[in-house]
Amino acid sequence: MPHDVSNRAKSATPDGLNVAVLVSIGRHPLTARTRRADQDARAVEMALTLEGASVSLLHAGQHEREHEEALRGYLGMGIDSVNLIQQRPQADVVPALADALREGAPQLVLTGTRAETHEASGVLPYLLAEALGWPIITGLAAVEKVEQGMATVLQALPRGKRRRLRIRLPAIATVDTSAPAARQSAFGPAKRGALEPLDATSEVDEALAAWQVQPARKRPKRLKIVKSSSARDRFKAAAAKADGGGGQTLSDVTPEQGAEAIFKLLKEEGVLR
Amino acid sequence: MSDLIRRDPRREWIIRNRLHPQHQDMLAELGGGAQTSEWMGPHGVMRKNPHAVGFTGPNGIRRIDRSGAQQAAQAPGRSAETKDARQRITIDTPDFMVAVVPDMVGGRLSAHDRDLLGLARQLADADPSQPGAVLAVVFGEHKETAFDEAGIDRLLHVEGERFSGYLPELKVATLQGVEREIAPRYWLLPDSNLGGGELGRRLAARLGERPAAQVWQVETASDSPTGWRCTARGAAGRDDITRALPRVVLALAECADPVSETRHACDPVTLAQGLPDILGRIEDLGEVAVDPASVALAEAEFILSAGNGVKEWDSYHHAAEVLGATKGASRVAVDDGYMPRDRQVGATGTWVSARVYVAVGISGAIQHLQGIQSCDKVVAINLDEGCDMVKRADLAVIGDASAVLAALVKRVEQYRFEQQENRDAA
Repeated sequence: MPHDVSNRAKSATPDGLNVAVLVSIGRHPLTARTRRADQDARAVEMALTLEGASVSLLHAGQHEREHEEALRGYLGMGIDSVNLIQQRPQADVVPALADALREGAPQLVLTGTRAETHEASGVLPYLLAEALGWPIITGLAAVEKVEQGMATVLQALPRGKRRRLRIRLPAIATVDTSAPAARQSAFGPAKRGALEPLDATSEVDEALAAWQVQPARKRPKRLKIVKSSSARDRFKAAAAKADGGGGQTLSDVTPEQGAEAIFKLLKEEGVLR
Repeated sequence: MSDLIRRDPRREWIIRNRLHPQHQDMLAELGGGAQTSEWMGPHGVMRKNPHAVGFTGPNGIRRIDRSGAQQAAQAPGRSAETKDARQRITIDTPDFMVAVVPDMVGGRLSAHDRDLLGLARQLADADPSQPGAVLAVVFGEHKETAFDEAGIDRLLHVEGERFSGYLPELKVATLQGVEREIAPRYWLLPDSNLGGGELGRRLAARLGERPAAQVWQVETASDSPTGWRCTARGAAGRDDITRALPRVVLALAECADPVSETRHACDPVTLAQGLPDILGRIEDLGEVAVDPASVALAEAEFILSAGNGVKEWDSYHHAAEVLGATKGASRVAVDDGYMPRDRQVGATGTWVSARVYVAVGISGAIQHLQGIQSCDKVVAINLDEGCDMVKRADLAVIGDASAVLAALVKRVEQYRFEQQENRDAA
C-alpha cells in the first residue's frame, strides 16, 4: 500500500522532504527498446540529489516482463522499490495516481514533462494538479531550498535562462531535458530492487478506441509561395539566391571603429547585459 | 504634390503626333528630363540613341529592363500607387468564436502565432453561411501593430501591472472568465515551450476538456462529431494520432498557412465581469543571471566563436567573459587542442541557434556554415575579405582578430562603467 510506504518514509526522516516521483516506461528513439524514460529518470535524479529527502517511486501500468526491465532501470539508480499501481492496458491512470498521491501525501511530486509512448500529450501532471488542487510548475531545473511549506526553485526557460519561483507545497513539478542528466543505472541494485504491486481500480479510457494511431508521416515542407500579380516578380522571387548576403563589410577601418560597429549591433540585439 | 493624375489632352495629342513641331519637347518632358532614346529624323526615319536607353545598375553596369517596369517608373504621374489590395473583412454578428492565445514572444506575434491564427481562420471561415470570428487574448504589454493583418476579428487585451511576469494561475483564471462569458467553440494555443504549451494544458485541465497536443494538421471530416479531424504527433514524435478535433487544441508551428490576403476588423473586447483576483500559489522572484559557460551551446543566445585566426587565446577567453558570451569554436581550434570538443560548432559538432553569433578568425567552411544556419545575426572578424564567413555575415570587420577583440572589450568595459555610474547617480 502506498500509505504504508509513505508512513515508513516519514518515520525514517521526520523533518525530511517527502518526494514522490512518477515514472513511466520509455522507449529508445532509435532502437525502440523499452527503457527508463529519459525525463522521468532526470526527475528521479533530481529527487535523489535533494538533501534529506525520502524518495518513493510510483508507476501506474501493467506488471509485464518487458515493463519490469524498464522499471528496473530506475531501481538501478539506487532506489529500493517501485510502487506499481496495477492498471489494465488502455486505462486512464489519472484517478488511480491521484488516489495514490492523496494517500501518500508527498510534499513534492516530480515527473517528466511528457511520456515517450502512447498519447504523450503531457497533460497528466496538469490533470493531477487539478484533481488534487495543488500548484504545478514546469521545467524544474533545481530546488534551492525548502522551508516552512514553501519551496524556492529554479525554472528552466528557453535559451538556457533561469527563473526563480517560490511555490507553496505540496506541489507538482515537471522536469524536462534542461535538468541535470540522470545517473547511470547499476545492474546489481536493479536486480535486487523490488517492485511492489498495488491493486487499484482501473478505468478504461474509452476515447482511445475511436482514435487511429499509425507511424508518424513525414510532415510536408512548407513551400515559399510568393503572392504577386506580376509574373516577373514571381520569377524573381523563385530565382533569387537563398542567401543574398546584404551584409555590411567594414574594411580598412581601425580596430576601434570595427569594435564600435560590433558594439552597436550587440546593443541593438540586446545581448549585452 | 497632389496624387491626382491630371491629364493634358493637348499634350497627349502632341506626343502621339510625331510630325508636330513640339513633339520632341513633349517627349523629353514625358521622360522626366531624360534624354529621348527614339525620335523621328528629318527624312521620316526613326532614329535611336542607344546611350539613352536603360539605366545604370548598382554595379555600375548599364541595364536595360524590357519588362516595362522601368518605363513606368520613368513616366511621372503614371506610377502605380501602392494600394493595399487586401480585402477588408468585418464580422458583426458571428455565429461562434474561435479563441487564440498567442505566445507574443518579445511583445510581437511570432511565426508560430501567425500559423495558429491562420488555422483559426480556417475553422471560422469554413461555412460562409455561419461565419465565425477569431478572438485573440493577449496578456500584458505588446508592441504588435499588425493584429488586423494576422486575421484577428476581436482582440481581448488584458493589461495592467498584475500581468507582467510568470502568472500561469492568473492567466488561466482570466481564460476561464473568457470561457464563461464568450464560450468560444475552439481554443487554439501554440504548443511551444515559451508558455503556450503550458497555458494550454492548464486551461484544458481546468475546463475539463481533453486537448489534442502537438497537432500539425487539421482537415474537414464529415464522420467526425465536430466536422473536423486533426492529426497529432504522439509517442515522442513516433506516431500520428488521428482523431476528431477537440475543443482545446495545442498546435505545432506550420499547422496552417498564415493569413495574407485579408485584413480583419480587430475590434477591442472587454470582459464584463472584469479580471479575476486570485491568490497565486506560485510567486515569481524574477530571472536569475546564469553563467554563460554553463549554457548548452545549442540553446545559447550569444556565442563568441573562435577559429584558426585566433592566436592569443587568453585574450579571447577574457573577451568572452567580459561580453558574457558562450564560447564556441571551429573544428580547427578544437583539433589543435585550444578548445574542448563539446564547444565545436558545425555539422560535426553542435547546431547552434544563437541570436547573435560572433565568428572570430573563422573563414567559414561549409560544415561550419551549416551549423550556424539558424542564427539571426552573424558578425565576422577576419583578415580575409573574400572568405565565406564574411559573405554570410550581417556585419563583417576586416582586421586582426586580437586587435578588434581588445578594442571591443575596452568599449564594453567603458559601457559597463557608464552604466554603473548612472545606477550610482540614480
